[in-house]
Amino acid sequence: MAAQKTLRIALAGKPNAGKSSLFNLLTGLNQKIGNFPGITVDKRTGNCQLDADVMAQIMDLPGIYSLYPRTLDEKIVTDILSDKSGINYPDCVVLVADATNLKNCMLLLTQLIDLQIPTVLALNMMDLAARSGQSIDVQTLSAALDLPVVMINARTGQGVPELKNLLTTSIKPSSKTIYKVGEEIEPLVKDIQQKFNLGTRYQAYQFLQQTDNLSFLTSADKTYITTQAKAANFFQHKYQGAETVMRYSFIQDLLNKVTLKSSDPEWKKFSYRIDKVLTHKVWGYLIFFSVLFLIFQSIFAWAQIPMDFIDSTFARLSNVLDNYFPDGPFFDLITQGIIPGIGGIVIFIPQIAILFACIAILEESGYMARVVFLMDKIMRKFGLNGKSVVPLISGMACAIPAIMATRTIENWKDRLITIFVTPFMSCSARLPVFTILVALIIPDVKLFGFFNYQGLVLMGLYLLGFFAALISAFVLKLIIKTKERSYLIMEMPTYRKPKWSNVAYTIIEKTKSFVFEAGKVILAISVVLWVLASYGPGDAMSKAEEEVKFEAGQTELSAEEFEARVASYKLEHSYAGIVGKALEPAIEPLGYDWKIGIALVTSFAAREVFVSTIATIYSLGGTEDEQTIKGRLRSEINPKTGGPRYTPAVGLSLLVFYTFAMQCMSTLAVVKRETKGWKWPLIQLAYMTALAYVSAFVIYQTLS
Amino acid sequence: MESLKSIAEMLPGETAVISGFRDDVLSVKLLEMGLLPGTVVRFNFTAPFGDPICITVSGYDLSLRIAEASTITILN
Repeated sequence: MAAQKTLRIALAGKPNAGKSSLFNLLTGLNQKIGNFPGITVDKRTGNCQLDADVMAQIMDLPGIYSLYPRTLDEKIVTDILSDKSGINYPDCVVLVADATNLKNCMLLLTQLIDLQIPTVLALNMMDLAARSGQSIDVQTLSAALDLPVVMINARTGQGVPELKNLLTTSIKPSSKTIYKVGEEIEPLVKDIQQKFNLGTRYQAYQFLQQTDNLSFLTSADKTYITTQAKAANFFQHKYQGAETVMRYSFIQDLLNKVTLKSSDPEWKKFSYRIDKVLTHKVWGYLIFFSVLFLIFQSIFAWAQIPMDFIDSTFARLSNVLDNYFPDGPFFDLITQGIIPGIGGIVIFIPQIAILFACIAILEESGYMARVVFLMDKIMRKFGLNGKSVVPLISGMACAIPAIMATRTIENWKDRLITIFVTPFMSCSARLPVFTILVALIIPDVKLFGFFNYQGLVLMGLYLLGFFAALISAFVLKLIIKTKERSYLIMEMPTYRKPKWSNVAYTIIEKTKSFVFEAGKVILAISVVLWVLASYGPGDAMSKAEEEVKFEAGQTELSAEEFEARVASYKLEHSYAGIVGKALEPAIEPLGYDWKIGIALVTSFAAREVFVSTIATIYSLGGTEDEQTIKGRLRSEINPKTGGPRYTPAVGLSLLVFYTFAMQCMSTLAVVKRETKGWKWPLIQLAYMTALAYVSAFVIYQTLS
Repeated sequence: MESLKSIAEMLPGETAVISGFRDDVLSVKLLEMGLLPGTVVRFNFTAPFGDPICITVSGYDLSLRIAEASTITILN
């Protein structure tokens, strides 16, 4: 075991070239998602046994066209490849190229050659290239670039054993230099090369070009480079443009030499024919909305069965353990705090898995690019982006997978706005709250004998959330300043049949990262909330039973009724109850009392907890029967007015509050994970709560 | 120079040759995507509201916004 050699191998290439497929083929289930320090990019690594002696750690770099980053996420690639002493610097890079479109895969390759990084060119999609009638002289290509070239098919695995074999041999950097820096800046580049002791001229040139993007340079280094560059009249854009033109002319010459037969444009005809329908004025949108409906439907309908199963399993597990364990605070913590907390994480898995399966299929097939194309103009008006559509729609099922789906948005500002407004979309957890309250305050009558008032109000609430999202996005668009320019320069991939194993890997990857990253926070907060709701100061908790007996006086209580009253008494005197009472002055203007205050506090864990808390407060025991809760709420009296507590004004105020308020710690946890810090989730929480408070206030005060 | 047409003014099905760029910052990114002066570009179709557009260049399909397309000048 000890004699094993471990190689670090990085996969690079443009998006859609088949990098992920190759990564999945090489590493299998042996992958893990970590973070690059300090930035919002996932680091996908996995191990691969190349042969008996050589182990490789494979790293999947973000898809890029060139070393010059277009998005924040892409900066990491230059950063890694320019820092020879960095921990992520690879021993070898495999450049995955799309053989049907070799020209724009070669740009990055020529840059890697100039950095003198040992590189293997893996020509992927050779089958498609062959079908398009194209034929390449691989030997001449390999000789001209002085680097090994392998043909692979990342869909079937053809050529992968050869690639593995090749990687075990020590790969040398190519001896070629493609781009020579211009004479007028040569002294400058030489100076930087000497100062930082760099192996190649081009590396020094990259230091000049991307000074700000290289995280390993100290600020003194950066100042030195900028000062020198200024003194020598070095203009980044001017030289970068000239470099690209020069590289492409080299590539064009090379391709002219190695292309035995060029592809026949006819092969894309099928793709164009599909595009005619899918991007059509009418059919395009119609098909898109049908696809959305299907996704929506599958998240709601299909996920419900496993979710109910998980729900009941965890409830049963809690019960079984509760009977099995002796009494005591530690065991209570396990059965009532931790197990339901884990249940609260696991319950989201079906929705997340199904949603990401749908998204992966859309991405793999090439349809996602068309959705972006169709929706970009409309979304841009609101500071969003064509790529915001899917997260927003997913948000109607659950904000957690929706926010995870924003990863596809390249522009950081657009992505941040999308993350910020997604929780306004009414998710499935709001539904139980809405149903109870709507049924309570809206009469069950029909408008024109056709439209049900209750249904209309429910739809109105969904629309309210949607418009709040759009308007907030518009406001944020004006507030958030960014140097990053928003643009859409996106390849439209040819339509393809999805590769199912890639879909499966996506599901596993997303689910895993949700459970482990967001799950930790969700679990911690649920335990805290449980403690707050089960413990109180002084001896009020232990005296609960006596007190209830005393209050009941002569009245005979059934065992069930007695238990329910004890639970209610305990909640009232718990820390959560105290918080609820402390909140009362603040929420009174909204029409709420301390009992609703407790529900607001506990439902911060998740909105649907509102219903079960209300049930406990009003000593209803179980929450099974919606009619019971409704009946009890209807008879609740407001001691100040003598009238019912749940007037239409209070009900509407609560509905609006729950439409706007964040009230979901899982979302906060995910936003924290996706924005890498507490800043944005806290701003979001403050903004949504403030909006909810003010709107509920206005509603209550005007209506009562 | 202002009289030069840009890709944004092309009609679906038209082909032209790229002659240059009007925006230095953007040009760098467009060059990288294979939009090089002297390259043939074909205007395929637009999205339903006329923006973004889809073009073929250097052997593949690319979509870009009108704002970006109007910085690319053409000869035809």
